[in-house]
Amino acid sequence: MAIAEPWQTAEIGGPKKALVITKPAVVVAMIKKAKHPILVVGHEAVETEVGKKKAIDVIIDLAKAAEIPVVATAHIVGEVVQRDFRPAAWMPAVDIGNRLKDSKWSGLDGGGQYDLALFVGIPYYMEWVILSGLKHFAFNHLTTISLDRFYQPQATWSFPNTAIESWAENLTVIGDELGGDV
Amino acid sequence: MKAKELKTAGAVAKDLEVSIGRVFDGTWAEPVGPTPFPSITDLRKWDFKLLQRYKPFYMPFCDVCCLCTFGKCDLTGDKRGACGLNMAAQQARIVLLACCIGAATHTGHARHLLEHLIDKFGRRFPIAVGGMNVEIEAPVTRLVTGIRPRILGDLGAVLDYCETEVTHLLAACHTGQEGSNLDFESKVFHAGMIDQVGMEVADMVQISAYGFPKADPEAPLTEIGWGVADVSKPVILVIGHNVPSSISIIDYLKDEGMYGDVEVVGICCTAIDVTRYSHSLAKIVGPISWQLRFIRSGIPDLIVVDEQCIRADALMEAQRIRAPIIASSPKNCLGLEDRTESLALEIISDLAEGKASGVLILDPEKVGEVAVRTVMAVAPERKKFKVIPDVEAILTAAHECTQCNECRRACPNDLPIPDAMKVAAKGDLTPLAEILSDCVGCARCESACPNGFPLHSFMVKAGEQSLAEEKFKIRVGRGAIQDIEIREVGGPIVLGEIPGVVALVGCANYPHGGREVAEMAEEFAKRNYIVTATGCAAMSIAMVKDEEGKTLYEKYPGDFGAGGIVNVGSCVSNPHIAGAAIKIASIFAKIPLRSNYEEIADYVYTRVGAVGVAWGAMSQKAASIASGFWRLGVPVIVGPHGSKYRRMLLGRKDCEEDWYDYDARTGDRVYVGPTPEHLFFAAETKEEAMVMIAKLCIRPADTTKGRAIKLTHYIDLHKRLYGVLPDDLHLFVRTQADIPITMKGEVLQVLEKKKWKEGRIINIPTLLPRLIRDRRE
Repeated sequence: MAIAEPWQTAEIGGPKKALVITKPAVVVAMIKKAKHPILVVGHEAVETEVGKKKAIDVIIDLAKAAEIPVVATAHIVGEVVQRDFRPAAWMPAVDIGNRLKDSKWSGLDGGGQYDLALFVGIPYYMEWVILSGLKHFAFNHLTTISLDRFYQPQATWSFPNTAIESWAENLTVIGDELGGDV
Repeated sequence: MKAKELKTAGAVAKDLEVSIGRVFDGTWAEPVGPTPFPSITDLRKWDFKLLQRYKPFYMPFCDVCCLCTFGKCDLTGDKRGACGLNMAAQQARIVLLACCIGAATHTGHARHLLEHLIDKFGRRFPIAVGGMNVEIEAPVTRLVTGIRPRILGDLGAVLDYCETEVTHLLAACHTGQEGSNLDFESKVFHAGMIDQVGMEVADMVQISAYGFPKADPEAPLTEIGWGVADVSKPVILVIGHNVPSSISIIDYLKDEGMYGDVEVVGICCTAIDVTRYSHSLAKIVGPISWQLRFIRSGIPDLIVVDEQCIRADALMEAQRIRAPIIASSPKNCLGLEDRTESLALEIISDLAEGKASGVLILDPEKVGEVAVRTVMAVAPERKKFKVIPDVEAILTAAHECTQCNECRRACPNDLPIPDAMKVAAKGDLTPLAEILSDCVGCARCESACPNGFPLHSFMVKAGEQSLAEEKFKIRVGRGAIQDIEIREVGGPIVLGEIPGVVALVGCANYPHGGREVAEMAEEFAKRNYIVTATGCAAMSIAMVKDEEGKTLYEKYPGDFGAGGIVNVGSCVSNPHIAGAAIKIASIFAKIPLRSNYEEIADYVYTRVGAVGVAWGAMSQKAASIASGFWRLGVPVIVGPHGSKYRRMLLGRKDCEEDWYDYDARTGDRVYVGPTPEHLFFAAETKEEAMVMIAKLCIRPADTTKGRAIKLTHYIDLHKRLYGVLPDDLHLFVRTQADIPITMKGEVLQVLEKKKWKEGRIINIPTLLPRLIRDRRE
């Protein structure tokens, strides 16, 4: 198992820490296995450039390919809608975290609580604590994956700290393997 | 025990009422309410009502507990520590510890000020925070303790109470005490309430004794900014929160006729308070995060520190620029020799000749003389010696930089320092200068750099030009809100016609610089909210100019009215904001105030559309200040860094059953919607915060006109900042009359999609069954 360090040096998690995603196929398998997954996208997705695209474009393609409902946090719903993609909901990051914690939540679609939550684009330290909340209080029903390019020790699974180009390629591969045209 | 007349050998007392060891003012006609000097459990039921609606969402910042020798205990998931505590209770316990630190800090501050001012002016010195304009001089103290303080000496008992409560609260954090997270949370609220009392005492006594502006909407403007110091003069820099030593410097300059010979500038709240004392002799450099950049510039020839929010390496930084330092608080001695008993001349000589790099002087009056005389002696020798490197040094370092990323990984704001260094290697310092505007001044980048590069200083050098041009105007902290102002705005606020009171408070740990706070202030002032401010946030609001070169304090009035931007003062001035909400209940609604906490808080919670915003909240004091507002029913928004306070108090608007209040007229339980939706909330971006501010000002008691006004702002901000209509309007529109007339078509479309049905409006909502007039239960 690869060893990873948190991106912000002192944000050490543990004893229980995220398993390191060594290849995109791990994420693909997790998504395929999930019965009720959800993707939470923060505002940094519309600020981060990946080549000629914004990260949000890559992420929307991935969501389409995986047919995962998306929750847009902060103020980015307009940016998402502009891309002809309708998120399942928009709400603050702490609100979706709080709902995911609740094992009795009926979900956005009435289908009950989710079993897999993927996170991307929330400020590192904020995502860190939200994932921590889920690690401690939703461990019975929820697996979390950080799709960010920095290691998030409080997730169940996380990429290690990764160069932006490799990170974008990973997302593209995930989308491709899930059958999308990323 | 009551006595009409009590005669002893030495005195005669009339109308004396003694209650459990405390002396109550018998001339105050208002009866003592149900909870005078509440214990740590007296308001527990009220707290639980709030906590039932706003359940804690814990986001642990650490997975272990390491407070005892059983530990470290791994509390991950459903594990329990060796003492039996689980993770939820541990997180609540840490929040309580933080709030106890905050409350103790303000109470200690108040105690120091009170004792100093009683020594100086006598215990019979009258409390006067607003003259004829402020009859309720101490709303928080009256509400909590049931005491109406008239003279400085009356406040000793109030602080005795605060100190006792903080001790009990701290005791509850000991291993083997409290085991329930909700009980810890109730105690957090108690710590916050105590904190409000301590702060109120501190500000009351300094306003009264030092003659700060007394509830003056037209308090004068003064200068603020890195560039305000006249560097041709000797410069004294004061840092901290507790102002007596700074005031003694001003007094000494006045007494000795040295007016204009020395520049006195300040950082953090002591700067705010010294300008409340003399706006012409003192200037403000900036908020807490300006410490390193200003010290390293070499401009200060001498530094005086008191207490709170001072960098722990202040002595080291002062030594680097060869500026003597005077520590003046027993809470912040910096390891320096205590020279309180030495002759002033000896101390001055030792500092001026470099025999001592700093001294501890615990006598504020002596600090004044020593600081002024020393700075006059050392300034010509120092020649503004600075430790900001020249451009050549930056370029050399930039070439040597290995792009290891350690600086960026240490930076709270993930600033792209390595990228800026890469560009600097090509001779362009622009990115380094740009980074400075988002820098919180912590210098963790420097500690992390394996090459030991002074990266923060590199940024300061790169931004030197714009720093030197940093000159703004700030309105001096005005103190309390006048009773007449409350009478004028109480109705419009409760009815919702003034859409809300937005309190911008707290520290400067901003995600993207202080300009976001200024942006929020102007947005809501333009929308006719009442914007109030304290501390570093009040400074940040000042540090932006429009095209005509005007700051917000020059553009907007300082009165507590629609569209005002009201700087009430320093951190300890926050209770003037809480006090305004309390006075709306007391003066406008005529609810008994005296030790009647629960009923007043119920009124504020259900009717007064106020929200606190601590965009850069950093400290334990900020935590306790926020918790004081929570118990009073005022929601607080923090910036993204505030998520590190490790727990939110979040409502669930999707859980209809959570949002039923009593109709006090009938006793019916009526759905009132998620109003307000959250009690403690961390926003990811300023846009999210601004929309949430508008939403959290909505209250169950809004009239239809008021609700329509509030919804107008919520919808308008949501559309502008999010690009779409809100999707939760059906939760806030009670009847068609609530719908903003100009938005009717689009709002109705949303309501139709959500299968909205008309609801009920209740004019007197309450969480307290005992307030139901027609009791059916």
